Amino acid sequence: MEKKAVRVAYGEALVKLGESNPKVVVLDADLASATMTNAFKKAYPDRFYDCGIAEANMVDMAAGMSTMGLIPFCSTFAVFAGRNYDQIRNGVCYPKFNVKFGFSHAGITLGEDGGSHQAIEDIALMRVLPNMTVFVPSDANECYQCVEAAAAIEGPVFIRTARLATPVYDPRPFTPGKGVVIRDGKDCVIFTCGIMLEHTMEAAEILASRGIDAALVSFHTLKPFDDTLACEYTARCGGKVFTVEEHSIIGGLGDAVASAIIGKGVVSFEKIGINDEFGQSGKPADLLKEYGLTGPQIADRIQAGL
Amino acid sequence: MDIQSLESRARQVRRNIITMTAKAGAGHPGGSLSCTDALVALYFDVMNVDPANDKDPNRDRFVLSKGHAAPALYGTLCERGYFGREEFDHFRQLHGILQGHPDTKKCPGVDASTGSLGQGISIAVGMALGAKHIGSPIHVYTIIGDGESQEGLVWEASMAAAHYKLDNLTVILDHNGMQIDGTNDEVMSLGDIHAKAEAFGYDVIEVADGNDMKQVLDALHAPACPGKPRYILLNTLKGKGVSFMEGQVGWHGKAPNAEQAEQALKELEG
Repeated sequence: MEKKAVRVAYGEALVKLGESNPKVVVLDADLASATMTNAFKKAYPDRFYDCGIAEANMVDMAAGMSTMGLIPFCSTFAVFAGRNYDQIRNGVCYPKFNVKFGFSHAGITLGEDGGSHQAIEDIALMRVLPNMTVFVPSDANECYQCVEAAAAIEGPVFIRTARLATPVYDPRPFTPGKGVVIRDGKDCVIFTCGIMLEHTMEAAEILASRGIDAALVSFHTLKPFDDTLACEYTARCGGKVFTVEEHSIIGGLGDAVASAIIGKGVVSFEKIGINDEFGQSGKPADLLKEYGLTGPQIADRIQAGL
Repeated sequence: MDIQSLESRARQVRRNIITMTAKAGAGHPGGSLSCTDALVALYFDVMNVDPANDKDPNRDRFVLSKGHAAPALYGTLCERGYFGREEFDHFRQLHGILQGHPDTKKCPGVDASTGSLGQGISIAVGMALGAKHIGSPIHVYTIIGDGESQEGLVWEASMAAAHYKLDNLTVILDHNGMQIDGTNDEVMSLGDIHAKAEAFGYDVIEVADGNDMKQVLDALHAPACPGKPRYILLNTLKGKGVSFMEGQVGWHGKAPNAEQAEQALKELEG
């Protein structure tokens, strides 16, 4: 199966968007070769602004540029969602300015750079901000759709992308704010987001081979969240719910699901993710295993939970 | 507009500042009174703005980076015709358009929401850069504080303004020398702020008395320096115009009571 990092798709999507929408400008903070905005820089040098290693200024400059009718996409590492937080909050979300954030290298699969660089809190930080839309694409094709949708939304949008090359699935119908049913089932439901799709698909297959029929639902939009679909699949699967994410189990997908389904016939509920701890250096595959996020580990945990 | 008329407007804006902070029982009179003359000069003589068409894309832009001086901005916008004086009754009150700090979504004439120090100048840099990008001839003005200049973001933004040669940007420093906890020098010295601004690539004009309308106007009307952002260093007096507030740190974020307001308004008559 073809593999491509979601961040690479982000860079490609910006180039395509730039073709059709002259209002799109891209800002980066000396990471264009990592966030993959260098493709846009090459295609449209006059619409690319390097802000130097000054992420806070990048965000507020983008806020100012948006008031002139432009659609700025700010790109840097997801871990800087924290560094930029005041600017994202007060400079962009509070006045609902039309600024987009494509933040890459999220989660532990960033790998070797280690825990200082592995954002495990960015979804939580972004979800809580009024006016913010939060996208977590699961593969390259979904990332193209998220970038296109972001440009069409009037207001701030956060797009979380990963560094690691991951499988590219056939494009699925995309509606912002709506979850995607990957696999139907009846014994339990797995809710996931982002590149954990690959590992939850594997887990679901393993469970099937053991006679457990697990449904799998992926959410590319963490905010606004598809409460309806979460409730529907909770009911359909006997109230047995598992969430899987490459993010802290505090404030991320798991909590979005919990808020949606609480009091709606939940029998059991388990959040699988990073357990309130920081990551560390290592190969992405080793890190996924260390933190219990491989397909077989997820399958074992779900089976035990049932 | 002639100097006397501008000075008269500035006195009215100062009365507005006293009126609204006294009524609200809260707000920041000291640093509002110090930047009043610059605001009046901008809105009545320098900037191309029209209250009847406050979303005109070709208007000049203003960002009050030291957002806590909102009473000075509101007092000026009101005199310029953006809204009526009755709004002062609702300053800092529920559902009011005059929020504690300027809110672009609520208050006409406000181009950016500020109050988190350091951000306004950065947003203004983005506006100036955006204007260049789309080929707009507008000019962007921002007033920053001296205490605010302790924020690293002010210098990130300044670096970018010089890098992108934003000669359509004017940064105005309201240098009253004081902040919440004391003088700048007691809290965190700014050092040679004039030299620092120059070193960051600004074309700097220092104004000896930033509360003297003529001196302020001369600086604001000085021809732009091609390829360089402008920095106007206004040496001002905190609490200017109200004898018991002048040069007093304590009036940074404290409203006058009824008796004090009455005395202040008397001093600001004429």
